[in-house]
Amino acid sequence: MIIDVNVNLSRWPFRRTPCDDPRSLVATLLRNGVGQAWTGTLDGLFHRDVGGANARLAEECQRCGLGLLVPFGSVNPLLPDWHEDVRRCRQDFKMPGIRLHPNYHGYRLDDAVFAEVLQAAQRQGLIVQLVLRMDDVRVQHRLMQVADVDLAPLAKALAVVPRLPVVVLNVSRANSADLKKLAALRMFPSIAPCGREWAAWRSWSRPSPWSACCSAPTCRCFPCSRHCLSSASPS
Amino acid sequence: MEKKPELIPAWDAHVHLGGLPGSVPQRVAALLKHADRVGVEKIVVFMGTTWASHPTPDKFRRDNDEVLQAIAAAPDRVMGFVYLNPRYERECLAELDRCVRDGPMVGVKLWIAMTCDRPELDPIARRSGELHVPILQHAYWRVGEALVDESRPPDMAVLAARHPQTSFICAHTGNDWERGIRAIRATRNVYVEICGSDPTAGMVEMAVREVGAERVLYGSDAAGRSYASQLAKVYGAEIPEEFKRLILRDNLRRLLGPALAARGVKR
Repeated sequence: MIIDVNVNLSRWPFRRTPCDDPRSLVATLLRNGVGQAWTGTLDGLFHRDVGGANARLAEECQRCGLGLLVPFGSVNPLLPDWHEDVRRCRQDFKMPGIRLHPNYHGYRLDDAVFAEVLQAAQRQGLIVQLVLRMDDVRVQHRLMQVADVDLAPLAKALAVVPRLPVVVLNVSRANSADLKKLAALRMFPSIAPCGREWAAWRSWSRPSPWSACCSAPTCRCFPCSRHCLSSASPS
Repeated sequence: MEKKPELIPAWDAHVHLGGLPGSVPQRVAALLKHADRVGVEKIVVFMGTTWASHPTPDKFRRDNDEVLQAIAAAPDRVMGFVYLNPRYERECLAELDRCVRDGPMVGVKLWIAMTCDRPELDPIARRSGELHVPILQHAYWRVGEALVDESRPPDMAVLAARHPQTSFICAHTGNDWERGIRAIRATRNVYVEICGSDPTAGMVEMAVREVGAERVLYGSDAAGRSYASQLAKVYGAEIPEEFKRLILRDNLRRLLGPALAARGVKR
């Protein structure tokens, strides 16, 4: 079974994409042999009512997902009472993990709040998905220019929670600095990097409709056995 | 066992010798080994194993010598575009004659030596038209500052409008493809080439809608990008199968047809 660890519901604010509604997204995933898709919500990047966004995500995954969409709620640790969002993700919505967007929410990986959210996730037994970028910084919309997340402080943050499963999403092959910093994380057995990207590794033999950049560089700095397939669908 | 999908034969309009180890023949072998896995039959190669943004004539001649080596290593599968710096008119025209008129190359590559709307490009554009070969121009439309002397798609439209008898290829579709496609859509002798950006759903669909499938070309920017990631833009597009065949191979084959035929290259 193919597991895609990176799909999204809702819409990107600056573009419609061909399968940005849940039913056509699921149909596309099924058509391409994906048996499980770890699913976040783009609303989680932009909405301050993250609780509402996560509730909709859980409901849509249940209603439209045909058992394939597994919800990963968003947590913004700069919002008041964000611990409650973590708790709801695990206990109310039965999610296996959460997705973090530090650059869109406005914190760095060496900020104390990042360490706090990792610890909260570990206490709840959640996987953490850390998204490094959503859009190429060279061509972002002029009203929303967001720098990539700097991975450098991640090793130090993880030292406190070494067994926390962390999936690093949207590693950029265009950003060689990412790759060097990624290499420094090899000692953490629970880290899994994914370009949006990794799909292309597979695609050397089988072009995938969503595959993005070549993951060979990430495979050179990180064992292939710890890569995950990550499409960033529907974008 | 999963069924392997049928591969559509592809010609890649945008491949480099940089980013790989080894001699030129070893690099070509590596490029073709990966090409075989994903159905890429032929590749267009340009620039050398090391790049210069503002190359002297000596440097671009050396780069082109490496491309000639690449063609010689696999003449049935590797095609070449001659790399030029328009700041050196006399030397550029001589190099065009050496590599295209008298040699095996079938196009021109221009990078960031000069913004392409400048009149210094006119002699190259005219000569390329006479030789029936296209000019592939790097074009990027950044949200921040452009690189020094970097062209944007509107600059290409200006140059192409002055030379309606010459075909132009807008490399990367400007990377910001939603603006890039709009900038060149009215200039009918400009092709859209999709290489080098993160694959994003909707890119090829918009290009087909706005300029027609006949003006869209597949390219990868390998070895910096993978063939596969850029093929995925076409394979995953919600367009008819016959449009995918045009984009992946037939448009480039048609565009290069006169030059290939003149050189007796098997198509």
